[in-house]
Amino acid sequence: MGLIKYISGIFKGVWSLLQGMAVTSSYFVRPWTIVTQQYPENRKGNKRGRSKKKLEMFERFRGELVMPHSENNEHKCSACGICEMNCPNGTIEVISKMEVNEEGKKKRALDKYVYHLGMCTFCGLCVKACPSGAICFSQNFEHAVFNRAKLNKILNNEGSKLLKGVE
Amino acid sequence: MEFSIYDFTSFTKSLDKLLNENMSSFWATSIEMLLIGVGILAFYALVGLFLVYAERKVCAFIQNRVGPNRVGPYGIIQTIADLFKLLMKELIPIKNADKLLFNIAPFIVIIASFLAIAAIPFAKGLHAIDFNIGIFYVIAVSSMGVIGVLLAGWSSNNKYSLIGAMRSGAQIVSYELSVGLSLITMVIFAGSMQFSVIVEAQRDGWFLFRGHIPAIIAFVVYLIACTAETNRGPFDLAEAESELTAGYHVEYSGIKFAFFFLAEYMNMFIVASIAATVFLGGWMPLHVGGFSGFNHVMDFIPPFFWYIGKTFFIIFIMMLFKWTFPRLRIDQLLTLEWKYLLPINLVNVVLMALIVLNGWHF
Repeated sequence: MGLIKYISGIFKGVWSLLQGMAVTSSYFVRPWTIVTQQYPENRKGNKRGRSKKKLEMFERFRGELVMPHSENNEHKCSACGICEMNCPNGTIEVISKMEVNEEGKKKRALDKYVYHLGMCTFCGLCVKACPSGAICFSQNFEHAVFNRAKLNKILNNEGSKLLKGVE
Repeated sequence: MEFSIYDFTSFTKSLDKLLNENMSSFWATSIEMLLIGVGILAFYALVGLFLVYAERKVCAFIQNRVGPNRVGPYGIIQTIADLFKLLMKELIPIKNADKLLFNIAPFIVIIASFLAIAAIPFAKGLHAIDFNIGIFYVIAVSSMGVIGVLLAGWSSNNKYSLIGAMRSGAQIVSYELSVGLSLITMVIFAGSMQFSVIVEAQRDGWFLFRGHIPAIIAFVVYLIACTAETNRGPFDLAEAESELTAGYHVEYSGIKFAFFFLAEYMNMFIVASIAATVFLGGWMPLHVGGFSGFNHVMDFIPPFFWYIGKTFFIIFIMMLFKWTFPRLRIDQLLTLEWKYLLPINLVNVVLMALIVLNGWHF
């Protein structure tokens, strides 16, 4: 009985090893199953055939903080400063100004939304905390610059206004 | 001086004659030895560089990666760049190390593989020394490498390298037995230990096919045992990166580390070329006894390319082993050798002797 078990064990072992080798060699002969993306080439969807797929970051990727503007150069930020208070690193500075609106009332409005990219840890608390959905993360991840001062960005556009209806 | 890519015998003979006519036999022999030494050294370096590149590409494709592809087209210059990096690195002296042994250990390892390559027939007539005990010589010489490994582990004064060296010693000594016995099986079949005779005997068909069952068993056992003997693949406990950082060469840096690294790849090349020579006919083209037209077509491919092709086929199988199977534990390793490979091998030798005595082969 022992001898039969011994011999069948050898054949079973060899068979399972061959199965493993079949898997690896099947990958070896199918180079199109390669999952590696080749970064600088795939930025624009390369033509040279190395990797035809264009590089696209997925939606939830936190590349950098941006403030979307409408086509009339309007944003949704009411300069409440909740994002600034929620930021653990002091990355955000909301500089506000007082403006007189049509009804003659004095109201706080956004002057400059300063974002220090160099201090950001991309935790996303600012986006979560924003009551009006004024800020979001973009998919751009190429942040390298030669001067550190260039990492301090102003997110609102020149002369932009608050979108009507956002309080 | 005629030169033919199909047969180097007349070329080497006429070279020998030319040298002997112009100088005394001492100088002629010295120049011949120098030429062969330089030739083998150049071949050694080239093959080593190529094997490192091939290994990285093969493992990358198996793991769905691309592998080196930045330095040169398809990354072919990558290993040359790596070599230059290793050459320029500082050789770190180890405090409390045995200086003499520490320094000669890489040379022992590399000399052992260098000696073994001398007895391998690359093509017809392209054969440095044709001993009548060629296989015995290769087994004897290649087992010298373990001394270098043990010395390296011992002299580094490091517990990781010592454990690695001890594991390597236990492994090489036990698997040496299986390598020897599986080759002895084929020696029984061939009736000779001389490489040129063995290759010539495979003119009408390779030993793997002519010896059928025992030859195939010996081939499989040889592949497993020589993978273990070269400290590769699933048997790389001697240098298990995750446990022993690098094993016996953990304290080596720069070119001395490169020697160990190169010797490991060259040992793979040597065991693969022995397998190709003994089981797959060496430089002999694929011949089927009786089909003279087919044999004639096969003869058009130069023997050297047959030899290289077969060797790289075996090397590819060994790389496939390495990147498919998980590493064995030390007790599993010894169980495999002493409870499985050795008994199978002994039965196989008897089987082969029976087949040869009764003439039950092709």
